[in-house]
Amino acid sequence: MFDKANNLSPRNFMKSLGKFIIFLGQLFVRRETFATYIHRIVDESIKVGYNSVFIVVIVSAFMGAVTTVQTAYNLISPLIADPVIALVVRDMTLIELAPTITAIVYAGKVGSNIAGELGTMKITEQVDALEVMGINATSYLVLPKIIASVLMFPVLVILAGFVSIYGGYLTAQFTGVITGTDYILGIQMDFNSFQVVFALIKAVVFGFLVAAISAYKGYFTTGGALEVGQSSTNAVTSSCIAILAGDYLLAYMLAPFLTP
Amino acid sequence: MIEVDNISKSFDGKQILHNINAKFETGKTNMIIGASGTGKSVLLKCIVGLTSPDEGMVQFDGRDFAHASKEAQTEVRREMGMLFQGGALFDSQTVEQNVMFPLNVLTKQSMEEKLDRVNFCLERVGLENANAKMPSEISGGMKKRVGIARAIVTKPNYLFCDEPNSGLDPQTSIKIDNLIKDITDEYKMTTVVVSHDMNSVLEIGDIVNFMHEGRLLWTGPSDEIGDSDVHELNEFVFAGRLMKMAKGK
Repeated sequence: MFDKANNLSPRNFMKSLGKFIIFLGQLFVRRETFATYIHRIVDESIKVGYNSVFIVVIVSAFMGAVTTVQTAYNLISPLIADPVIALVVRDMTLIELAPTITAIVYAGKVGSNIAGELGTMKITEQVDALEVMGINATSYLVLPKIIASVLMFPVLVILAGFVSIYGGYLTAQFTGVITGTDYILGIQMDFNSFQVVFALIKAVVFGFLVAAISAYKGYFTTGGALEVGQSSTNAVTSSCIAILAGDYLLAYMLAPFLTP
Repeated sequence: MIEVDNISKSFDGKQILHNINAKFETGKTNMIIGASGTGKSVLLKCIVGLTSPDEGMVQFDGRDFAHASKEAQTEVRREMGMLFQGGALFDSQTVEQNVMFPLNVLTKQSMEEKLDRVNFCLERVGLENANAKMPSEISGGMKKRVGIARAIVTKPNYLFCDEPNSGLDPQTSIKIDNLIKDITDEYKMTTVVVSHDMNSVLEIGDIVNFMHEGRLLWTGPSDEIGDSDVHELNEFVFAGRLMKMAKGK
C-alpha cells in the first residue's frame, strides 16, 4: 500500500490507501461469467497453493525442529516437566509460527510472483488488450488471485502446523532432548481448540493481504523491466509490513479468547 | 464511422492533445501519422477509452463513448479489435489460445465453432501451423500477425492498429500493411492505423490525418498528400521518401 517507500508521510499513506480501496472496489464491477472465474480460480489455486507446498514444508519442518531444540535448552530445570517443551512448541506453532512465518515466506514467493506477473502484463500492454476487448482487467486478473489465495493459504497453514509439530517430534527423537512419549503427551496437554481457529483466521487475513497488496503493486507498474523488479520488491516489503501489523491487531482482538 | 470532436488531453500539466477534430470513415484505412512524440498514440488511447480525454467527445456510429457509462463503453468495446505495438499476446497462452481468448470470454460458441473460427483467422494471416507455439517461440512479425488474428476473431466493426510496422523489416512491414488493408476491405471495418512510416501511409492509407505537436494539421486522401501546403507535412513526407530511397539502395 505504501507507494513511495522513501516518503511515508501520512498524506501519501492516505492517498495510497484510498487508491487501494478504489482498486478493490473495481474487482466487483463489470464481472465476467461465473465459469470464466472458476477456471481462473482453479489455475491460480495451483499456482499459489500447490506450487508453494515444497517451500512451506521445508520451512515448517526446520521451524519445528529449531523451536523444539531451543525450547528444550531454555527449559532445563528439574521443576519443569519434559512434556512442557512440546506444549510450548505446539502453542508457538499454532498461534504464531505456522500462520505468520509461513505468511512471510508466502509473501516472498507468491507476492513477488503476482506483482511481477501483473507488472509485466501492464508494461507489455496485455492489460490494455483485455480492456479493449471490453473485459474488466482488474476483475479478470486480480479477483481470481485473491480468491485463490484466501482459499489456499489456510490449507498451507494447516500443512505448516502439522509439518512443524511433526518436525519437532522427529528432532526430539533424534537429539534425545525429550522422549517421543513425552512429546505426544505435551502436544495434547491443555489444548484449546480456539488456537486452530485463531490460526485459520490469521491465514485468511494474511492470504488476502498478500494477494491484494501484491496485485495492487503489480497492477500500477509503469515503465520497464526495472520498475517491474521494483514493484515485486515493494510488494514483498508492503505485504510483510501488513502481515506484521495485521498479526498485532488480530492478537490484540482475539488473544482474550485463548485464555482458558 | 468514428467521430472525434474537440479532444484535448494533458499529462502533469503538459498539454499533449489540442482540440483534435477528426472523422474516421467506415470501410477505409484511416491513418494517423506524424513524428514520434506528437500525440498519435495518446489520441488512439483516447479513442479506444484506455485514457479519458480532458475535454471533447468520441462517437462510434453516433454512440457517445468517451462520456458513456462503463457498461455502455463495454458494449462498444466488444465491437473493437486492436493490434498493439508489441503484439500484447498473453505470454502464458499458446497462439491458438491467444486467438481463441476473446471468443472464450465474449461468446458462448461451442469449442468446435471456436476452433473453426480460430483456424480460419490464423489461416487468413498466414499462420496455419502455429497453433501450438508459445509467443516466446515466434518472431516479431508473427506476433503482429497473431495480434491481427486475435483482433479480427470476433468480426469487429472497428480495427485499431498502433504502429503495426515498428521493429519489423521492410518486407514483413509490407506484408502486415497489405494484411490490414485486405482485412479492412473484406470486413468493411472502420480501421484506424497509427504510424510514422511513410511507406505504410502511401501503401495502405485511404484517408490521412497528419499530427504535429499535439495538433491535427492536415486531413485528406493519401493521393493528395503531395499537394499539401502544410510545411510540417511536406517535411515529414520528404524525410519519409528519403528514407524509402535509402532503403531501396
